[in-house]
Amino acid sequence: MESWRQNRVVFWLLGIPPTLWLALFFVIPLGIVWFISFGEKRGVVDIAITGTLDNYVRALQPLYLQIFWKSIWMAGAATLICLVVGYPVAFAIAFAPERWKIWLMLAVILPFWINILIRTYALIAVFRTRGFANFTLEWLWEKGDWILTTVGLGEYQLLGERFMPLGMLYNNFAVSMGIVYAFLPFMILPLYANIEKLDRSYMEASFDLGAGHWRTFTSVVFPLTWHGALSGIIIVFIPALGAFFIPELLGGTDSQLIGNVIERQFKSANDWPFGGALSFLLMYATFGALALRAALVGRGKGLEV
Amino acid sequence: MANLQTHPAEGERRVPKGRAERVRRRRVPIGPLEYCRRWWLQLIVGTTFLLLYAPIATLVAFSFNDSRRNIVWRGFTFDYYVKAWNNQSLFDAFVNSLTIAVINTAVSTVLGVLAALLLWRFRFPGKAVYEGFTALPIVIPEICMGVAMMAFFARVGWPTGLPWPLNLSNITISHIAFSFPFVAVIVRGRLIGFNRELEDASKDLGASEWQTLRHIVLPYLRPGVVAGALIAFTLSLDDFIITFFTSGPDTITLPVKIFSMVRFSVTPEVNAASTVLIIITVIATVAATRLQAPTRRGNPGGG
Repeated sequence: MESWRQNRVVFWLLGIPPTLWLALFFVIPLGIVWFISFGEKRGVVDIAITGTLDNYVRALQPLYLQIFWKSIWMAGAATLICLVVGYPVAFAIAFAPERWKIWLMLAVILPFWINILIRTYALIAVFRTRGFANFTLEWLWEKGDWILTTVGLGEYQLLGERFMPLGMLYNNFAVSMGIVYAFLPFMILPLYANIEKLDRSYMEASFDLGAGHWRTFTSVVFPLTWHGALSGIIIVFIPALGAFFIPELLGGTDSQLIGNVIERQFKSANDWPFGGALSFLLMYATFGALALRAALVGRGKGLEV
Repeated sequence: MANLQTHPAEGERRVPKGRAERVRRRRVPIGPLEYCRRWWLQLIVGTTFLLLYAPIATLVAFSFNDSRRNIVWRGFTFDYYVKAWNNQSLFDAFVNSLTIAVINTAVSTVLGVLAALLLWRFRFPGKAVYEGFTALPIVIPEICMGVAMMAFFARVGWPTGLPWPLNLSNITISHIAFSFPFVAVIVRGRLIGFNRELEDASKDLGASEWQTLRHIVLPYLRPGVVAGALIAFTLSLDDFIITFFTSGPDTITLPVKIFSMVRFSVTPEVNAASTVLIIITVIATVAATRLQAPTRRGNPGGG
């Protein structure tokens, strides 16, 4: 690597175009939103930058706190499901024979490249009243009913008189499932990377000392791979909070994510200062989570030596 | 390894031959770390992949279904592809998406390669901060970037109502801003394995900066550049959130169009349009992955 002074012409030729683009079309736009977030709405398009903190204070109102809480709850539940499902899958890929590994990885990555909106749309056909989930349940109900009738319990109608489809769409459940479906690959990839790096002799030692699979997982595997879990949690949870189209397509009237509130301020409600404040709060949360991760992982590394 | 040896059992000779094979295979005890052979893990992985792929598979299958209501299979047809093709606004959205993706790919590949070469070649003050800034579009939530682009184009008074394809400029600019950092990351991954002495040798032999770049560095970089370009293409074609905030009534892209169609009603036409988008992005991505794969194997540090 050479110093930039050694070859200034090449340095500037390489550096100016991307830097200019990034400054003009990324840093300045973010700066504008940052300034707007300290402004007041005057008229339809007029925003006066007054340096007020009102927009940030407004985010602390009970109405919004309630939305945030619910939003965190839905995204959090989805993240937890991703973690619980992601660990065994990442485990299986890491311990698969070499020739399967690449195919299993491809199978995990492929849905990630299919448009997230289309994948959300695909879930509508699964969860609606006459959807595949209800068809499956109906089939199970019929089989169960048949078994009960065969063993002579038919007249008690233990499973109800007839099959009642469950309302699985347009509620918080559907939103959480939508998030799991959209972001599961994000969880599996970092988990896989960490499990793959894990020195397997630790696990063998654990088995030799008489621990079972569960004990080995909780006392050996998890403590050594939680960095991956943490990365996964961050890259599932944060984008999930902003994925406004999932509640828009799968949610009910009261299922909203923080992304929906931001989207509404910039579109229908036309309150850019408040929307700007919210989107910067979301961004600070992202940076906070990343900094926390860096601090925790950094400390962990120090201890490992 | 002891657990790989077969343990012939007493009763095996009496079993017919075909079944004996199966029994013997089952008798090989599962090693403690052979997780792939444990039924519970196979069950979890199998179910996960089923749940991951079944909705997409049915979506694709039902684009060929001869029924307006997407519920029961009524026979095979290409009708909805023809209908989607003849749906003027859907077709326009598709053309817009492709146009934006192609321009985005060209510009962000160049910018990404420049940024990668800059970071690979030079030491300069504030490099760590600069690196952080180039990674920022990858890190921040997409919605934050979306609203920022929307506010930016409104505040600077970006001209609207321009003739096609200039009216797509604001979407294209936003796409380039978030795609080129991805290209830079991929190209840098490839550059890690590059032997700097080749560059020095080229210059010692009298080649100019440009000649060295053109004949030594770029040929080596080519798989990384092509992979980066394909990723940029897919990112642009697939993007919904940022496009949603920067598109106007006359500048709709395919994902935005699909979104508004889905909100309005669920028809097999949407499935057909979605299937086309899925096929294009999957082909581009698989090609990109294949191009990247040898690099990773070639230099383990390059990931």
